[in-house]
Amino acid sequence: MRVALFITCFNDTLFPDTGRAVVTLLERLGHEVAFPEEQTCCGQMHFNTGYADDGLALARRFERVFDPYEAVVSPSASCVGMVRDHCPAVADRVFELTEFLVDRLGVVDVGATFPHRVTLHPTCHSLRLLKLGDRPKRLLEAVQGLELVDLEEPQECCGFGGTFAVKNADTSMAMLSDKLRRILDTRAEVCTAADNSCLMHIGGALRKQRTGVRAMHLAEILAAT
Amino acid sequence: MKGFPAAARESLQDSQLRRNLGKATQTIRAKRLRTIQELPDWEQLRDAGAAIKARAMATLPEQLERLEAAVTRAGGTVHWARDGAEATAIVARIAQSKGAREVIKVKSLATDEIDLNEGLHARGIEAIETDLAELIIQLAGDKQSHILVPAIHWNRSEIKTLFERTIAEGQDLGWEATAIAEAARKHLRDKFLTVPVAVSGANFGIAETGTICVVESEGNGRMCTTLPETLISVMGIEKVLPEWRDLEVFLQLLPRSSTAERMNPYTSLWTGVRDGDGPQEFHLVLLDNGRTRVLADEVGRQALHCIRCSACLNVCPVYERAGGQAYESVYPGPIGAILTPQLRGLDQAPTLPWASSLCGACFEACPVKIDIPSVLVHLRARVVREEKSSYSPEALAMRAAAKTFGSRGGYERAQRLSKLGRGPLGKVPVPGWSTMRELPEVPESTFREWWSERRAG
Repeated sequence: MRVALFITCFNDTLFPDTGRAVVTLLERLGHEVAFPEEQTCCGQMHFNTGYADDGLALARRFERVFDPYEAVVSPSASCVGMVRDHCPAVADRVFELTEFLVDRLGVVDVGATFPHRVTLHPTCHSLRLLKLGDRPKRLLEAVQGLELVDLEEPQECCGFGGTFAVKNADTSMAMLSDKLRRILDTRAEVCTAADNSCLMHIGGALRKQRTGVRAMHLAEILAAT
Repeated sequence: MKGFPAAARESLQDSQLRRNLGKATQTIRAKRLRTIQELPDWEQLRDAGAAIKARAMATLPEQLERLEAAVTRAGGTVHWARDGAEATAIVARIAQSKGAREVIKVKSLATDEIDLNEGLHARGIEAIETDLAELIIQLAGDKQSHILVPAIHWNRSEIKTLFERTIAEGQDLGWEATAIAEAARKHLRDKFLTVPVAVSGANFGIAETGTICVVESEGNGRMCTTLPETLISVMGIEKVLPEWRDLEVFLQLLPRSSTAERMNPYTSLWTGVRDGDGPQEFHLVLLDNGRTRVLADEVGRQALHCIRCSACLNVCPVYERAGGQAYESVYPGPIGAILTPQLRGLDQAPTLPWASSLCGACFEACPVKIDIPSVLVHLRARVVREEKSSYSPEALAMRAAAKTFGSRGGYERAQRLSKLGRGPLGKVPVPGWSTMRELPEVPESTFREWWSERRAG
């Protein structure tokens, strides 16, 4: 199948390794990846921060760019959430990565090997906007050598929330410190998620506090051999 | 008004609050999940609740007139109050006509919303709260911090000390919860038997029959609605239910969502007055106080469907940490963040729509399926459009970003600029972010650069 990659502006600029991992993974599974280079941003940041007109204009632009493709895949649950709700022209053709693998391709074991102790932060938009359920977990459980350890209160927000982390910095930090404590309680080496936005927030604190725990996008684990 | 970020910064320092809320909300969250899982038709009940409320709001004028006619037929008197001042004047006038210097109160958010107690006090009438938590707040001169458990931020020793210097002056109440509660019980029993006028709110008002319904746990409300000669109920106009049969849906949704009980201990229903049984005079004050303005907002109006269960507070990670007082309103938590700015006007609470990470836990828990995250985002857009300067640094930055994202060329130029973050610029702390987190390293090449090299190579 020919799959268009919606990388998201955030991953394109700050987390290119995640995009490379998606390409590696999809090609390994025998699919051709296209990258529409006109793509920029889906408009989520503008829309959720109160700049609805700008956000929706970007959403329209997104529809135009991705309209020619029959399947679009993205390693970001929250951007896919934005597209689902606000880009009706392409909404049912845009998949979050784990949805695409499990539902569209029917794969759970993607042939990855990752011999590390990992905990999964399920992320709010994965759980409640996209209702990904246990898809990320099932994919991780099928990875060779990977030891998946449960996170306490997994469904609770890490406190990122886009501009929330800056506009309500104190509350955001209170939420983050509780999430961090629970991650450390698992004694995992890696904290993973289906979204780099939460991981930038969690990982930034894991690094600053010299915990030695790495934040790593799920796609990078699934691409590892 | 401090605004949410500043108010939360203060409350976050309160470890007592953090501990109480953390413990209480974790317990109630688990219990609520167990209780709703008992009902195979929970999702259908939620849909029914949402549909009944939507119908009531779409036909509000008609339903209120039906309610008025039914209450009048049953021997009650209906008053219409545009705002808090009118409602307070009506309540005061009735109390004064009975020669009352005191009124006893059933726990009521609508009367807290309009500062009824303060308004009555200014007219020489003392309102006595009879709900235990409301009594604590009143005696302490504090503010509520939870819809259902207003004194959730108080602990036993504080309450003991408070009672020993107020309603149980000079006594040593000890440390047993029952003994401390007994002091309130004795204090209130005397009031129930002597005060001639009671004031309540209303959980539901049924247009078909003119029946008013109050649900509670303690039974003090039942005392107020049965013992005094005169009963005045202040009801927000959105509390009307069209038909009697609608009630069964909400009497299932409400207790399971609020206290995680199958049924609340006391459900009081009364229809007008009856000779020799209960209050001989009943007044219903229908309160608007901003509600029709909320109704005019097509997206925001669903906030009026709220049945004040507080499930959204109990699942909210922001509420759990910042506490109720940070919302500076009798309606805290996610529902408060969409209700307060709409009821008071956006300019009166412009930071509340941002007091959420949009995690969606509230929407998932709401028994009448209010899409709180969508209303928050809608209100953010309204605040930006109606209240904020289009030349604020944020607005200018957002406009510039929108323009950048508007074309591939602009976007790629911005990406090249972002690489300046690889140098010393990347070490400049970002206010609000860098206290606790490092910024990610800006990578050597973007994904698209890697992609085009790969294709070329």
